[in-house]
Amino acid sequence: MLYRESGQFKTSYAADQQLFPILQDRIGVLTLLAVALVAVPLLASDYWLTAILIPFLVFALAALGLNILTGYAGQLSLGTAAFMAVGAFAAYNFQLRIPGIPILVSFALGGLTSAAVGVLFGLPSLRIKGFYLAVATLAAQFFIPWLLVKVSWFSNNSSSGVITAQPVEILGFVFDTPVRKYLFVLVVVAVMALAAKNMVRSAIGRAWMAVRDMDVAAEVIGIRIMQTKLIAFAVSSFYCGVAGALYAYAYLGSVEPDGFNLDLSFRILFMIIIGGVGSIMGSFLGAAFITLLPIFLDIVLTDGAIWLGLNLPSGTTSMAQLVVFGALIIFFLIVEPLGLARLWQIAKEKLRLWPFPH
Amino acid sequence: MEHEHNTGRRIGGTFLSVENISLAFGGVKALTDISFDVREHEIRAIIGPNGAGKSSMLNCINGVYRPQQGTIRFDGQAFQQMDPHKAASMGIARTFQNIALFKGMSVLDNMMTGRSLKMHTNLFLQALYVGPNRREELEHRQKVEHIIDFLQIESVRKTPVGRLPYGVQKRVELGRALAAEPRLLLLDEPMAGMNIEEKQDMCRFILDVNDEFGTTIVLIEHDMGVVMDVSDRVVVLDYGKKIGDGTPAEVRANQAVIDAYLGVAH
Amino acid sequence: MQFFFEVLIGGLLAGVMYSLVALGFVLIYKASGVFNFAQGAMVFLAALTFVGLQEKFGLPLWGAFPLTLGVMVLLGIGIERVVLRPLVNQPQITLFMATIGLAFFLEGVAQLVWGTEVRRLDLGLQDEPIESVMERFNLLISKFDLVAALVAGLLVAVLAVFFNKTRIGRALRAVADDHQAALAVGIPLKQIWAIVWSVAGFVALVAGLLWGARNGVQFALTFVALKALPVLILGGFESVLGAIVGGLIIGASEKLAEVYLPSLMSDFLLKHYDISINLAGIEGWFAYMLALVFLLVRPEGLFGERHIDRV
Repeated sequence: MLYRESGQFKTSYAADQQLFPILQDRIGVLTLLAVALVAVPLLASDYWLTAILIPFLVFALAALGLNILTGYAGQLSLGTAAFMAVGAFAAYNFQLRIPGIPILVSFALGGLTSAAVGVLFGLPSLRIKGFYLAVATLAAQFFIPWLLVKVSWFSNNSSSGVITAQPVEILGFVFDTPVRKYLFVLVVVAVMALAAKNMVRSAIGRAWMAVRDMDVAAEVIGIRIMQTKLIAFAVSSFYCGVAGALYAYAYLGSVEPDGFNLDLSFRILFMIIIGGVGSIMGSFLGAAFITLLPIFLDIVLTDGAIWLGLNLPSGTTSMAQLVVFGALIIFFLIVEPLGLARLWQIAKEKLRLWPFPH
Repeated sequence: MEHEHNTGRRIGGTFLSVENISLAFGGVKALTDISFDVREHEIRAIIGPNGAGKSSMLNCINGVYRPQQGTIRFDGQAFQQMDPHKAASMGIARTFQNIALFKGMSVLDNMMTGRSLKMHTNLFLQALYVGPNRREELEHRQKVEHIIDFLQIESVRKTPVGRLPYGVQKRVELGRALAAEPRLLLLDEPMAGMNIEEKQDMCRFILDVNDEFGTTIVLIEHDMGVVMDVSDRVVVLDYGKKIGDGTPAEVRANQAVIDAYLGVAH
Repeated sequence: MQFFFEVLIGGLLAGVMYSLVALGFVLIYKASGVFNFAQGAMVFLAALTFVGLQEKFGLPLWGAFPLTLGVMVLLGIGIERVVLRPLVNQPQITLFMATIGLAFFLEGVAQLVWGTEVRRLDLGLQDEPIESVMERFNLLISKFDLVAALVAGLLVAVLAVFFNKTRIGRALRAVADDHQAALAVGIPLKQIWAIVWSVAGFVALVAGLLWGARNGVQFALTFVALKALPVLILGGFESVLGAIVGGLIIGASEKLAEVYLPSLMSDFLLKHYDISINLAGIEGWFAYMLALVFLLVRPEGLFGERHIDRV
């Protein structure tokens, strides 16, 4: 009864094709944005902002990037972190070497650099599929951080390739406090999420899904498979690159190439599996889940151990994390392959009928 | 469903001709020296027992398979080997024997992909969803809605095709091909596995497409009744070779065709 | 020249280890079409369980081996039950992702049970040069490596007999060829899968023991096991022979690259561009890059069959 679309008649295709055709969704999204823009900065503590909300948004953007490639275009990648590294280091170098360049331009150029590298490593996708491609992207995952460490020019000759991000300043306004950083990340991520949503409901998004679902049929319709896949790699890597730049500039402040390791790539892959493969919202849900789970586990295990009077060996939490992540991945793939996003959809369908069962 | 049409009036000159096509996979010969032509606005059927090479023939015409020998002449242009993209851009659309829809996408989106070649806004405008891109999406939506209306599938337009029953999926696949506004439509067993009502509907759609839009159609079909009713001329293949070609009546009387279908004592 | 041969032989013998891991992948892929990303985790789990049993209960080699094998067989059966059976008929990519989850799960469980510190694994084999070879050819070849190579060879031979001469082997090949048809003639698919995963567990155990005895039992084993992926790209996913040859090629070329390439490249850069860089550590990615290049040239692998897409 609460979530009912009856009575909302669409009298034009334009009305039917808008972003959120259902009134309740529009209200919901606006409320969410208002909370994120106004209430959170007023209420959230620095811990919440720096340890939870900012990483959540950054990871959501990276997950979005991977979801475009894997969820929409059907090309599996295990090299997400490497493309993030390219974005972070490229943005750093553009800031460093071009005097007076606006920070957002650096970010965009960082994204574009990452896109170029992504296309390069995406080339094998023209001949191979599935886990073959996964191995090809592993090459990027191991090669790129190595290169960033070895060629010290990339990190302005710092030891072991560590870079310290320059301050983020736009038109004289410096984003230095947690609240300001949070708002900066929020705006970038929201704009890019909107753009992603627009792409997936336009011709390019349909082409991605067509190639994913049945490439021969797509080709026969006149979709250029090669071009479509490479655009997916480019757009995906662009998103990951910008996410990497945000990771360095707004989340950690200083990063080293080895921080962008296989483990990070897997974590982002898990976000889209749990959140929902082929869903924009799923990327956010998955990022939230994977960001919060370790914190939750840590609290439960630590408090539980104290309560039971146990003395847990060090590293128990991180091992328990591996087990829980692994089990959850298998669970979701078996029970709900479309992830949290699908559960959300089912919940909405139930709400439509609530309080009646059918 | 006896269909009467005035063949002499609407059929034009030769539109497509395949000349001496041979195709082999490794050592297996799928097609040997096949030649036939298709005239404009005609409905041309390809029949033959299982494994006769019918689908391979369609795959050669729109470039999914590359024949080793022969020429395909379409709309005045000659090709040694067709390329799928070239075929699509020249106005050749097709359906597949085992439905080849995009299972994860809605009916509407599936049919919109059929118009891919007609959409031109760039990636940047698509990301913003403003101006030309918005207009383009709406304009093509309208075109696709006409086809949805024509095929009577309005009620399922937003359903993911994977959830639809078989017969409706076949219809959606035809719709996706029609969305491209093809000049030549290749249909690979459009009625396979359908019940009698569904077959009648599908026949009606095929004839209407031919009548209303003047689309030239090449179809593969097993149901002889349907073939005899809808097609203007028939090609018969057996073991990758052409064994008959002519009007339905001629083909029905052809001894080689009768032997191929009923078997012959050796 | 002598140094070159030593590097080459060292590389080939390291390659044998890759082959052993790759062999487990091939077995499972052939029989169930699953690309088992967790094979590396199984190697790690096997080695850790073996050492753990030895330490905790003071078991000798011959006591810990069957017990660990038992654990691996139970694991194989469990995986078939819990992970594979519910995912039957799902796309390959889904199964692949499920095995990534499985890998995380196994790595976590192994370390929760047995702890996270690096363990020494002693098989009673010394990692020292063989004297007779030393004297005659003036080459340094480790005893340990040679035994490892012999074990690998023996394992392949046993598997070949198992596949080609036994009833279960014939059923396995039937399943690999066509699931549906195998079911139709009455081959119990689920049982076969459980057997295959158990055999893969056995292979993982052998690989884990050899790897562990050489480098210590530690989490880094799982990374070494990842190297089996490029091996498979070279050898093809469905060929036992390919797994062996691919492993040898990767092992040898990787070692040679690590020894010769960095100095060559550094010298070149210094001479022509006046750039001074230390390029050591090529080993970390060389195998993957080799596989990537190989994919562009011959995607079906050295021994894989070229598939024709039917429409």
